[in-house]
Amino acid sequence: MLQFESLSELWNMAGHGPYVWACYLITAIAIVYLLVSPLRRRRQLFEQLRRQARIEAAGQSDARRPDF
Amino acid sequence: MGWQWFHRLGSPRWFYEKSSAWIPWLAVLSIALLLWGSVWGLAFAPTDFKQGNSYRIIYIHVPAAFLSLAGYYVMAISGAIGLIWKMKLADMVMKSAAVIGAVLTFVSLVTGAVWGKPTWGTWWVWDARITSMLVLFFLYLGVIALQEAYQQQDTANKASAILALVGMVNIPIIYKSVDWWYTLHQPATIKFTSESTIHPSMLYPLLVMVIAFYLFYALALLLRTRSEILYRERKTRWVQELAEAGKGSH
Repeated sequence: MLQFESLSELWNMAGHGPYVWACYLITAIAIVYLLVSPLRRRRQLFEQLRRQARIEAAGQSDARRPDF
Repeated sequence: MGWQWFHRLGSPRWFYEKSSAWIPWLAVLSIALLLWGSVWGLAFAPTDFKQGNSYRIIYIHVPAAFLSLAGYYVMAISGAIGLIWKMKLADMVMKSAAVIGAVLTFVSLVTGAVWGKPTWGTWWVWDARITSMLVLFFLYLGVIALQEAYQQQDTANKASAILALVGMVNIPIIYKSVDWWYTLHQPATIKFTSESTIHPSMLYPLLVMVIAFYLFYALALLLRTRSEILYRERKTRWVQELAEAGKGSH
């Protein structure tokens, strides 16, 4: 059963609102951080590896000279 | 013999490829349960006659505290497996578990402090349960710091696994703290051996949140371990091919 008559009542929670909502906000931030940080790290690693591969490929084509 | 799976599990590449399929399931399930449990706990569960609405913090405080303890087992056991069998994957799990555990312990400490203010009239008290949880937080930070402290990955793994194992002594202290030193923190709400001291209408959303947090933990551990696998195997052909091929895929 819904415990609050209106949104503002849900927000205030008879004075406890700031405490309760602060806790949920902190938890939401922690959850988002734990999901996003590994995905971002992977994206950055992949970008770096692609950059390195391009540099190496360019280096190899320069080095392609007859050695006889 | 049936040991092949154990050797396969030691192969980070095999694990990376196998675990791709689990992520969407875990993500959808854990996020849905987190939302369902939060809405239930925030708006539909009855108000506590003694604590008022502040008790609604229980729906994140208790699951976060559960997982910060369960996560310590994950970290210490994978550290031990890495030490004994030199399994690379176990070391990566240990490192990932340390970060997630630290974040969840931080969440349970902060939500506990915020809950304490309207309930006990204070943000912080050097109560046995709270102090031993703070020690847990520092143990997690110690493992993270040791991971960064050595140039040699092998040495870092050994040092942090040993710290994780030594820190195990803190776990029974945390569990028993509310019984041994009865101070301010209330005793356990959910009991497995006897009747819980919470009404079913308040208990069910809590159970949803506990399951949601376990699933979320599995998801976070998986994502973090997978990014660690890629990083440590970045010089190998398969990771470089993944980088070339995959822009967005898991």
